[in-house]
Amino acid sequence: MTADAPRGVDAPPEFVQLLTPEGERVEHPDYDIELTAEEVRSLYRDLVLVRRIDLEAVALQRQGELGLWASLLGQEAAQIGSGRALTDADMAFPTYREHGVAWCRDVDPVKLLGLFRGVNHGGWDPAEHNFHLYTIVIGSQALHAVGYAMGIQRDGAEAASIVYFGDGATSQGDVNEAFIWASVRNAPVVFFCQNNQWAISEPLEKQSKIPLYKRASGFGFPGVRVDGNDVFACLAVTRKALRDAREGQGPTLIEAFTYRMGAHTTSDDPTRYRVADELEAWKLKDPIERVKAYLFKNQLADQEFFDKVEAEADTLGREIRRRCLELPDPEPEALFRHVYVDPHSIVDEEREQYLTYLAGFER
Amino acid sequence: MTTLTLAKALNEGLRRSMEDDSKVLVMGEDVGKLGGVFRVTDGLQKDFGEDRVIDTPLAESGIIGTAIGLALRGYRPVCEIQFDGFVFPAADQLITQLAKMPLRSLGKVRLPVVVRIPFGGGIGAVEHHSESPEAYFTHTAGLRVVACSNPADAYTMIQDAVRCDDPIIFFEPKRRYWDKAEVDLMAAGVPLDRARVVRQGSDVTLLAYGPMVKTCIEAAGAAEQEGRSLEVIDLRSLSPLDMDVVAGSVERTGRCVVVHEAPVFTGFGAELAARISERCFYHLESPVLRVGGFSTPYPPSRLEDHYLPDLDRVLDAVDRAFTY
Repeated sequence: MTADAPRGVDAPPEFVQLLTPEGERVEHPDYDIELTAEEVRSLYRDLVLVRRIDLEAVALQRQGELGLWASLLGQEAAQIGSGRALTDADMAFPTYREHGVAWCRDVDPVKLLGLFRGVNHGGWDPAEHNFHLYTIVIGSQALHAVGYAMGIQRDGAEAASIVYFGDGATSQGDVNEAFIWASVRNAPVVFFCQNNQWAISEPLEKQSKIPLYKRASGFGFPGVRVDGNDVFACLAVTRKALRDAREGQGPTLIEAFTYRMGAHTTSDDPTRYRVADELEAWKLKDPIERVKAYLFKNQLADQEFFDKVEAEADTLGREIRRRCLELPDPEPEALFRHVYVDPHSIVDEEREQYLTYLAGFER
Repeated sequence: MTTLTLAKALNEGLRRSMEDDSKVLVMGEDVGKLGGVFRVTDGLQKDFGEDRVIDTPLAESGIIGTAIGLALRGYRPVCEIQFDGFVFPAADQLITQLAKMPLRSLGKVRLPVVVRIPFGGGIGAVEHHSESPEAYFTHTAGLRVVACSNPADAYTMIQDAVRCDDPIIFFEPKRRYWDKAEVDLMAAGVPLDRARVVRQGSDVTLLAYGPMVKTCIEAAGAAEQEGRSLEVIDLRSLSPLDMDVVAGSVERTGRCVVVHEAPVFTGFGAELAARISERCFYHLESPVLRVGGFSTPYPPSRLEDHYLPDLDRVLDAVDRAFTY
């Protein structure tokens, strides 16, 4: 492949797809899924709403209200499909881009905005949502997910953990160590790699000479590649991997073949390193349009339904914008809070000295 | 009272912690059947099973990363890093994850993880087996850093560390593993964040931790014969730091020598010297002097006696403290 050729445009081989970009249902011998009309409409709603949250967040960043945002545009199906495969007892370990999975785990989107606004470094309770904190260091969370899965084994619980990471993270030592650990411990964990073709400016061939899902066989567990823009396939494949994990069959690596339609983050400029044709080609594989086409063709939803979802998205966008702007800046004392659970003489002394210093300006 | 080596005292402490709380796990390289290369975990796997005493793959980042995951699930892992020089592959998990995750969660996440590291030289080892990396960790907010120096402290400090809800780097003086002393298995011990005056004196304060405490006690014994009275303080905890005990002593003696094996340049002694000068300035008869390793990588073992502070280098610094 030459440096400037469009990437990932042709469907790769060994690719689980249940819904084509044109909205046609196709069969797969190993993965099938029965979804009611209500369930499909619900997936469609999720996809539209998380795209809207993302869009609003990008706008907030452009207006100076967020320091940064990592857009999920184009990856909605991978995140909603896998996120909706989780049971309440399963535990998800995200990167910093899993806004769609956060949505599936009922994390308030404004808490995600708080992190990128600089109000705090996260702040939701991972145990309340079974959705861990965002991890910014690439791949570190893969080991946390495996350790958590080892805890599930020791508890004898009916649960699994799932860890999200990108194509770039597969080069990290921690991800490879996590593969080894999960394999030898037969840990109930699903490795969900969203291969969005780009690690900031570096294309996949800078990370791997073989398709990513094939890495799994070297570690001794199954790997599967799924159309990451097909929410049905992502749901079916993740559901099976999680079930296998819960039933004691160990880990699975899922490579969701997708595309980062936006910049890496709002600080990035992808026009410096990728060609416009590539983006145009991937627009035709949009994860939302194909579900809409499927619902229309099969008369599972009418215009009134689509209008209602659009209106709900508009309301949600307005609401999170309003609540984001209302987020108070933390008090200076917050600097010193939660560094340690037990008292720590150095932190306590510095807190007292700094607050006394600040109080000096109020006299 | 029972006579125990420092290694056995740690072993007994770990055993006690595992008996008291079924969530306590031990994990690391060779900690199971072998009992650890220093035998600190000897017999624990036999008694508590492979689910609680875990022989891990040979990957330090993996040890700390999976320990974090286990802690998130409610476990209290005690990790062993086999040697000081092998902690660096785990540095990312220790610094960016273990230390910061509780704050990242605004206090909702607790990570009661203990990371045991045999540290220091003096055993004639090959490269990477004799280092003193404590300052890397005291510089990381979110971690507590402690060092034991004797069997009795080892026994209580390891239990206190396991009970603590904060992550702790627990340094063990590897050349003192075989030192024996009386240990009261019923004693509660000094609180984990307190320093202890191990020998009283009136002329100079010696500050040490880990393996150098014994060296300083010996130096104080030798100085006494020359008519000098040295007070020796075992800091025990480096982060937090018990400045009340330190300052109380230096304000009485007016002179202070800090002793550690780590390089003097930007070592932990620099922090002590700065704090003492800020807090005890009008009591000082001389600058705080430091004795430690040189600004060189740890040398081959045939040179380590030149690198490591010994009784004579400590006493030389004591003499210099009287020349101001």
